[in-house]
Amino acid sequence: MTRPLLELRELRVHFPVYAGLVRRRLLGTVRAVDGVSLDVAPGETVGLVGESGCGKSTLARAVVRLVPCTGGTVGFEGREISALREPAFRAIRPRLQLIFQDPYASLNPRMTVFDALAEPLRVHGLADGRDVLRRVSDLMELVGLAPRFMRKYPHEFSGGQRQRIAIARALALEPKLVIADEPVSALDVSVQAQILNLIARLREQMGLTLLFIAHDLSVVHYLSHRIAVMYLGRLVELGPAGEVFHRPRHPYTRALISAIPVPDPVREKTRQRVALHDEPASPLNPPSGCPFHPRCPWAQPRCAETVPPLESCGDGHQAACIRLDQM
Amino acid sequence: MPLLDVHELTTHFHTREGVVRAVNGVSFRVEPGETIGIVGESGSGKTVASLSLLGLIPAPPGRIENGTALFDGVDLLACGPKTLRSIRGRAISMIFQDPMTALNPFMRVGDQLMEPLQVHRGLSRREARTRAEEMLRLVGIQDGARNLSAWPHEFSGGMRQRVMIAMALITRPHLLIADEPTTALDVTIQAQILELLARLQRELGMAVILITHDLGVVARVCRRIYVMYAGQVMESAATEALFAQPRHPYTEALLQSLPSTHVKGEPLHTIPGLPPDLIAPIAGCPFAPRCASATDRCTRGAPTLRELVPGRATACFRVQDGEL
Repeated sequence: MTRPLLELRELRVHFPVYAGLVRRRLLGTVRAVDGVSLDVAPGETVGLVGESGCGKSTLARAVVRLVPCTGGTVGFEGREISALREPAFRAIRPRLQLIFQDPYASLNPRMTVFDALAEPLRVHGLADGRDVLRRVSDLMELVGLAPRFMRKYPHEFSGGQRQRIAIARALALEPKLVIADEPVSALDVSVQAQILNLIARLREQMGLTLLFIAHDLSVVHYLSHRIAVMYLGRLVELGPAGEVFHRPRHPYTRALISAIPVPDPVREKTRQRVALHDEPASPLNPPSGCPFHPRCPWAQPRCAETVPPLESCGDGHQAACIRLDQM
Repeated sequence: MPLLDVHELTTHFHTREGVVRAVNGVSFRVEPGETIGIVGESGSGKTVASLSLLGLIPAPPGRIENGTALFDGVDLLACGPKTLRSIRGRAISMIFQDPMTALNPFMRVGDQLMEPLQVHRGLSRREARTRAEEMLRLVGIQDGARNLSAWPHEFSGGMRQRVMIAMALITRPHLLIADEPTTALDVTIQAQILELLARLQRELGMAVILITHDLGVVARVCRRIYVMYAGQVMESAATEALFAQPRHPYTEALLQSLPSTHVKGEPLHTIPGLPPDLIAPIAGCPFAPRCASATDRCTRGAPTLRELVPGRATACFRVQDGEL
C-alpha cells in the first residue's frame, strides 16, 4: 500500500476562552478538534461532514496552519509538517491549497482576476514576465472562464464564476492536496452542479487529492470515495462513501442522513426519520463520554462514562459507538 | 374562496443603472390552511414578491407597478399603510432566513414576543407575558419564565428560529409567510423546525407560504408548488405531480441538476449559462437562452402562465402546444 498523502494523528485544536476586558480570566477551553486521526491516500477524495461547530473547518485550517494545532501531528508526503519551522513549511505550502466557501469574501475586491492569479505564481517564483500572462490565461481556461475577462474585478462576476476564480487560484501552484471547505454551499443548485462537475474534472485531469468539507451529505456522497463524519470535534464514523451513506452505523450519521430532505414527495411521506431532540452541546462544555449521547435515541447510561474509540465494523468502515454490534 | 389571491403582481426597482424587473406579473393563490411552496434560485424574485404583499419593499427605489392581492376581501397592494399595519403581524406574519438579524439584539426575548400582543391585541403586560410563556412552550422552549428574560445572543441558531416562529405566531395569524426559514440551520435542526411548523400549522389551522431554494424541503412540507425564474412563475402544480413529471424545461433542468438524483460518478446535469440580467428588457421567455428545447418563437414572444389541466399550469409555448 502506498503511503497516505495526508496523515492526521490525534490532531487537537483547543482554543482558550477568556472573559473580562481588563482582568482577563480563563473561562475554559473550546475543544474544536479533539483527537482526530485520518489518512487521505494519493488521488483519493475524502468527504468530511458534520454540522456547524463540529470542528470540520478548524481541522482544515489547522492542516495549513491558519490556526495552531495544540496536539497531535500532521503528516504530508511522508513528512511530519506540524513540527516544521515556518520557512520549511512555506516551501511545501504551494502543494497544499485551500478553497473557501464564500468566493465573495475570499477574493480581494481590489485585485483583478489577473492580479489574483498572478500573485501566487510570482510569490513562489513559478513564472515571470510574459510567462505569467500565458499561465494566467491557461488557468482561466482550465476552470472554464474566458481569458478575455482577466482584467475584470471580482464584483463583475457571478457567484459561480467567482468560485471558479478561487479554484483557479488554488490550482495555480499545482498542488497535490486541495482542501475544499464548503466550496458549493453558497451557490444555487444549477451553479452548484457546474462547480461540482468542474471539481470532478480537475481531479481527474490533475490527479488531485481532495479533502472535501461540506454539511450537505448528498453532495459529499456524490464526490467522495470515503466519508468521515465529525461530531463535537471527534470523528464518529469513517468508511467507503456508499457504505456510510446507505448503511450508516453510528446513530448520529443515521440521524443526519434521515434528516436530509429528499426531492421526492412520495419517499418523503414514507421515510422513517431518526428524531433528535435538543441541539449539539457547546464544545466549551462537552458532555462526558460519547459526545453524542445526550441527543442519541439509543443511548444507555454507560454511554456517558467513556469516550468510545473508532472501531472497525466491516471493510474499511469504522464507527465510534459502544453499541456498534447492535446498530 | 382562497385566503390570498395574488394576481399579476409586478414590482420593479428604479435604480440609477436602470429598472430592475424583480417581479413580473406573478399570480398565485393560497387556500385557508394549506401550505404552498415558492421555489426559485437567488434573484428569481420570490422574496421580493412576498415583501411586496406586506408593503415591505423599500420605496424608492422599489415600486409596485401592477397587480392585486386579495386577502380576506382587502387588496393588500391598494389598502394603504394604515390598514396594512393592522394586518401585518396580526392576520399575516412573516419569518425570515436569518434569525440573528431579524431579532432585535437590544431587546430581551420576552419583550419582543410580547410586543405584537400589546400592539395588535391591546393586552396588558401581565397577560402578554403569560401568552408569551405559553407560546415558547409551544415552540419547544422549556423553562419559559427564565428564557423570556434572555437576550437573543444567548440563544443558538435553532433556538432563535424558534423564538422567531413564536413571535410570528403569537397573534394566531391566518397566514404565515416563511422566507427560507431553515436555510441557515443544520439539517438535524432543520428537520426539527419543519416538524414544528407542520405541527403548529395543524394546531392553529393557518396557511403557510414557504419560500425556499431547497427542492427537498418543499417536497417534504408543501401541497402545491410555484416555480419562479427571473421574476416570473414558470410552473405551478401539486407537489407529487411536479416532482413525478416536471413539465416546464426549467423545472426539469433544476431537478436534474441535484446530486441526489444522479448515479455516483456520472457528471451532473447542468443548466448552461446564467439567469438573465433583470435590468435588460427580456423579449421572449426569460429561460429561452438556457433552454435546450427553445425555438425561435421562444425568443420573440413571452409565454404566459396557462393552465394545462386543472391545478397545473406552465409558462412555456412548447408545452402549451403539446410539443413537449
